[in-house]
Amino acid sequence: MSERENILGRIREALKVGALVPGLHGHGQPASASPLSSPRQWLPKVGDSFDEQLALFAKNAAELKADFQLFKSADEARQAINSLRDKEKWQRVGGHSGDLTDAICPTLNLPLLRTDRPYDVHELEACDAGISECDALIAQTGTVLVTNRSAGGRALSVLPPHHVVLARRDQLVADLPAAFALLQQRYATNYPSMISFITGPSRTGDIERIMVLGAHGPKKLTIICF
Amino acid sequence: MSFVSQFKAQAQVMTGDLRHRKFIRRALRNYETVRDARKASFQDWPGARQRAAETKWQAVNHLDQHLEQFAAKLESRGTKVHWATTAAQAREIILKIVHDKQAKSVIKSKAMTSEEIHLNDALEHAGLNVVESDLGELIVQLRKETPYHIVFPSMHLTRDEISELFQRELGAAATNDPEELTMIARRALRKKYLTADIGITGANFAIAETGMISITENEGNARLTAALPKTMISLLGIEKVLPRMDDLALFLPLLATMGTGQQLTCYNTLYSGPRQPGETDGPEEWHVVLLDNHRTELLADAEQRDALHCIRCGACLNVCPIFRNVGGHTYGTTYSGPIGSVITPHLRGLQEWKHLSSASSLCGACTETCPVKIDLHHHLLQNRRNAAKQKPSFGEQTAFKLFAFAANRPTLWNFGMTMARIFQPLQGAVKGSMLDPAKAWTKTRDLPPIAPESFKAWWRNRK
Amino acid sequence: MTVTLFIPCFVDALFPRAGISMVEILERLGHKVVFPEAITCCGQPPFNSGYWDEARTVAAKVLPQLANAEAVVIGSGSCGAMLKVFYPQLFENTPQAALAKQISGRTWEFSDFLVSQLGVTDLGAKFPHKVTFHDGCHGLRELGIKKSPRALLGKVNGLELVEMSEAETCCGFGGTFAAKFPMISTAMGEVKCASAVETSAEYIVSNDSSCLMHIQGLLSRQGNPLKTIHLAEVLNQR
Repeated sequence: MSERENILGRIREALKVGALVPGLHGHGQPASASPLSSPRQWLPKVGDSFDEQLALFAKNAAELKADFQLFKSADEARQAINSLRDKEKWQRVGGHSGDLTDAICPTLNLPLLRTDRPYDVHELEACDAGISECDALIAQTGTVLVTNRSAGGRALSVLPPHHVVLARRDQLVADLPAAFALLQQRYATNYPSMISFITGPSRTGDIERIMVLGAHGPKKLTIICF
Repeated sequence: MSFVSQFKAQAQVMTGDLRHRKFIRRALRNYETVRDARKASFQDWPGARQRAAETKWQAVNHLDQHLEQFAAKLESRGTKVHWATTAAQAREIILKIVHDKQAKSVIKSKAMTSEEIHLNDALEHAGLNVVESDLGELIVQLRKETPYHIVFPSMHLTRDEISELFQRELGAAATNDPEELTMIARRALRKKYLTADIGITGANFAIAETGMISITENEGNARLTAALPKTMISLLGIEKVLPRMDDLALFLPLLATMGTGQQLTCYNTLYSGPRQPGETDGPEEWHVVLLDNHRTELLADAEQRDALHCIRCGACLNVCPIFRNVGGHTYGTTYSGPIGSVITPHLRGLQEWKHLSSASSLCGACTETCPVKIDLHHHLLQNRRNAAKQKPSFGEQTAFKLFAFAANRPTLWNFGMTMARIFQPLQGAVKGSMLDPAKAWTKTRDLPPIAPESFKAWWRNRK
Repeated sequence: MTVTLFIPCFVDALFPRAGISMVEILERLGHKVVFPEAITCCGQPPFNSGYWDEARTVAAKVLPQLANAEAVVIGSGSCGAMLKVFYPQLFENTPQAALAKQISGRTWEFSDFLVSQLGVTDLGAKFPHKVTFHDGCHGLRELGIKKSPRALLGKVNGLELVEMSEAETCCGFGGTFAAKFPMISTAMGEVKCASAVETSAEYIVSNDSSCLMHIQGLLSRQGNPLKTIHLAEVLNQR
């Protein structure tokens, strides 16, 4: 018999005796007996209107030390990314093809390493920034939701020292349950092999619990939204 | 030396280290502050906790179905799923993959399961270069120590100790700036990510519905470990399952709140396969190793089955007054603190590890904080009962039999109290010394005098 | 109401004033107090050490003594938890299971009984001192008692309650734990004492004499003038 069958056999044997559901003191119905409602009712509050949610995202991003920049037009967004290039003296950036990136990135006039085509990871490591799109922005937590399909693979959003996200305003979703619903709706038949909830730039507290940004991933996370 | 003697000797040393106790207490007080702020941001924390407990109950009490679904989904997308009953089997599976790939170097992101099966030793013994990429894990690896805490592996060390370590092991310049120290590690590890043949990760959750693992981290090291090496191996305990992907909408913030006092950690990443057609990076091969290692024995104990609900957030360690005063290494186990004291007897033997269940005042702070409502301190009590039933200590059992004998004979009991009252002044002469029958108490504490008139005597006299 | 008083073994021998205060308070409130003298101990020491057969032997003698009680009142969260929470477990699947459950439902910790059952908070007590309150773990977490003792202290004339930062942290007593692992127990007690000292209170008040025995033992050894006193004694001061 395979180990798989051994383990599953032991599990089935063990489960012949039932266990009490925690917190119900032996009286209540187990969770499986009734369909579970959305966890939304327990999670932190999110405002009802779009403007409240946008303000909440901005507040969360600020607390997370992410740089959230909101613009009225693609032109303004182009100016913003150009000033980042100048300020940080970018020589080379990583990116991928997409509606937003194609509209914004050419204005940089920099060599662009495309990571949605076969690429050399050493070259990506030498890039000053990784510019990607995303699947959604999550107001509740200040999170950028990416997949390797929407954001140029697995490494682009984590290997260069600065991750720049381009997003449209209508990509903002209220909360985590909405983000998972979006993933299901968009990908359920064929999920991207990586889905990542990015909540602020990389950090660590492993030395005396003092927060330091840029542990292994990007030190900076800029979200350009228009 | 037996495990219990080692534990007592180490506890003696650590409780005497006032600097250490203060250092840990300060760190955990800061944790409490941020944790409480996060808890307060939930609309209904008790409701969230109850829902989480019920979801894990559902996951664990239908574990066979969930694991089959999980494995089938993963396999359908090209992931190789392995099953290991024992730690040795898990090591063999991983060593075989490493050997087949003719790998020379391994980069690891934090995985307590790998500590549990002593994977690093096995890999190094097989001639591989193994590097831990989580900063805290790297620090304890360089010190040749085990993690001090399941979430904060290096929380016992000061920046100066870490600086000395980096000077010695990495040839770094002296600095006591946490940021500079972090950058030293960042630079040292960058090359390793790019050149490692194999990336090894753990997992925080295994989603049955969609065949995904979820990894929670802050540093980005797991993201890199799962992006750059050609082969990826993930080692996880079979209890990690959650039924549905959207259960994470609750579990991710729950874990972050209780683990580190964050709303969400920086990266929460779901992996459902190796590089798929049309994808440009990520591992060509992904192996998922499902580890039993006595978990099915714990599952068979219906009374303590909820210990398998554990999401390894570390919250019970953080509030435990025992952990705070003896520190993580004193336990001598992979999992320390209350959850470690509950499960280690199941994982490594009741008689050898029952002392961890006795080394508790049963204060219940752990149970009160646990986000999935594991009845931790009552399980400690049950472990004591099971241990005494299986193999009673002659001395203790005799003492309690005598105690019960006297307690059931009020006249004898009261006579004993009278004798104690008469002889207590004599005890003063030997207080705290080897001759003192109560020396375990009186070495550090005074005993109250036995009252000249007991309550019973007072009651009788007033009638 | 007829109140059956359960006096824990260590209260009987070491802290009779706590028991006497309870009797006097309850009688002043117009209740009849009965005290089953045949009870010696609730059986918690063997129970907590894992020797449940021996604990059952002791507890089995307690049950009939309380069988007809209208209300069982205990001045200790720890022994209260033993009767209320653990007796039903200890006697599960035994002929005494029903009786243990019945007694559990009629058992109260003293402060909780005053506030939640009798609806009394003001006992006309006077205690002109600065005090801090220690929550015994069994009372706090097994019985869920947090507000009642504070409500009672709030009505004591002249009393100033200053909360300590570690009010809910275990004092380190834990029964046989204190003797089996004295170094850990002592370290925990030191944390407790330091937190109490920070408040500059004159007294540590608690509804559990067992914790106070531990705390007082440490304070006395340290030569610290901070004193401990049972809640009932404070409430009985005129």
